[in-house]
Amino acid sequence: MRAWLYKADTRLSPYLYISPFFVLFAVFGLFPLGYTAWVSLHDWSLLSDEHTFVALANYRELLADPYFWNALRNTVSILLLSTVPQLIFALILAHLVNRPLRAKTLWRLGMLLPNVTSVVAVVVIFSQLFGRDFGLINWVLESFGLGRIDWQAGVASSHVAIAAMITWRWTGYNALIFLAAMQAVPKELYESATLDGATAGQQLRKITIPSIRPTLIFVVIVSTIYGLQVFAEPQLFAGGGPNGIMGGPDRQFQTLTLYMYEHGFNRGFEFGYASATAWVMFGLIVLAAGANYLITRRIRSSR
Amino acid sequence: MTRRLVYLTLTGVLLLTAFPLYFSFVVSSQDNSALSQVPPPVLPGANLFDNIRRVFDTVPFDQALLNSLIVSSINTASVVLFSTLAGFAFAKLRFKGRTALLLAVVATMMVPTQLGIIPLFMLINKLEWHDTLLAVTVPALVNAFGVFFMTQYLTEALPTELLEAGRIDGAATHRLFWHVVLPVARPAAAVLGMLTFLNVWNDYLWPLVVLASPENQTVQVALSQLRAGYVQDYSLALTGTMLATLPLLLVFGLLGKQLIGGIMQGAIKG
Repeated sequence: MRAWLYKADTRLSPYLYISPFFVLFAVFGLFPLGYTAWVSLHDWSLLSDEHTFVALANYRELLADPYFWNALRNTVSILLLSTVPQLIFALILAHLVNRPLRAKTLWRLGMLLPNVTSVVAVVVIFSQLFGRDFGLINWVLESFGLGRIDWQAGVASSHVAIAAMITWRWTGYNALIFLAAMQAVPKELYESATLDGATAGQQLRKITIPSIRPTLIFVVIVSTIYGLQVFAEPQLFAGGGPNGIMGGPDRQFQTLTLYMYEHGFNRGFEFGYASATAWVMFGLIVLAAGANYLITRRIRSSR
Repeated sequence: MTRRLVYLTLTGVLLLTAFPLYFSFVVSSQDNSALSQVPPPVLPGANLFDNIRRVFDTVPFDQALLNSLIVSSINTASVVLFSTLAGFAFAKLRFKGRTALLLAVVATMMVPTQLGIIPLFMLINKLEWHDTLLAVTVPALVNAFGVFFMTQYLTEALPTELLEAGRIDGAATHRLFWHVVLPVARPAAAVLGMLTFLNVWNDYLWPLVVLASPENQTVQVALSQLRAGYVQDYSLALTGTMLATLPLLLVFGLLGKQLIGGIMQGAIKG
């Protein structure tokens, strides 16, 4: 009996211990994502019990909707405007703190500070800074003799404002991740490079970046996945509520997630149509992640 | 690059990260009309308590703080417990399919589950959890990041000999977990707990979708209501922001160093 119990314990306990994750992920993560594909093939709404199978009609309608293409353009634009500077700043910042420094902890705490602030808080704060009439940034522009900018109204200016929020919140966090990877790079590489007369910039390009390639790939992909699903920043920048869902009165910064939300939860709960949007986004994310992987993989390893 | 230039740049970065938070504190202590002055105020005013009162009058903010505290605490405890259990199994126990299952955990970290939001909403309605805290708590009881994080930590920090000694003494696996694994896991559990608390406290989209009535909303959803008024009342919105952010900043000030260590440790191995 004892031996049998012991055997059962060692055989089954591991599965018991990992089951909470797998059960929860299956029920609340994987199942909904998969079921989205099924729903997307139906004329499916919360308001009616009938779910007619319509094959790809939702997708056809989606691809014919100029607002969808508008949302896609906005998403890609905000993604590029936020991810590219964010990663460049993060790399430079990590490179700067990857040396013996006084008050080491202070700089690192400062880098993580924006990430502790919630997205909602960040947008509320930056909406004030980017305000048209009483915003601090416009006040600064004006005191330098430049004109005021109606940040929300324009396509480009609103994208820049939203990208600034994302960049502010994530640069330091990514820099810490890069820093962790940089600390694993052998110091001798830098020493011999310095002897050879390589500048800090050359060392960053020729030694650091190739050495931290796996981390770089990881961060690029994660930032892209985040950027393609941006929701709170544009929604709250436009003031929240139904206005926010449109991403400004002219949809000048409506992103794909906002577009999905608009159809799924704001306009008659068109679950079928919103699900088709979700699956198109899923496809885009897989494509973008794959492309990122291929591009970053081409960075040569140092040895 | 000279040392002085490095410190100068870092100070600039520090100002850039701290200034928006400082300025929102300034605004939250000012009368709303003070914001239209030229130049704008740069020092705190005397209206902080007045603004706090207005926040509590506009939305049920105390209830929202309580809701967020409940949800964040439960999820922090459950994520730490379930992740440590699974991390222990993946790090130190032998079972069939271990490698494949661990790989599945890593792969799921990349899955954009936010895109399953519509069927998730339907599921929550079926379970009749709509507009209850269950809807935000249960799906977040454990996550792939936590499992992976604890697996990484326990693989290195937990001495296999300690477990074997326990086995020879005839301890069942769950006794090993409570008496050997949990004490060893404590530093990583603290970091994971903090990260989880932050993430749950700051979550927005899903609570916005499922929590309809004001008395059930979490802090972030309540905050978004302050932003959504017809007239932009920035001192009101930013006072709410300060109230929702201050507890996190306090925790961050106390434990930020460990948090940074944990994030960087997870990154090297990740």
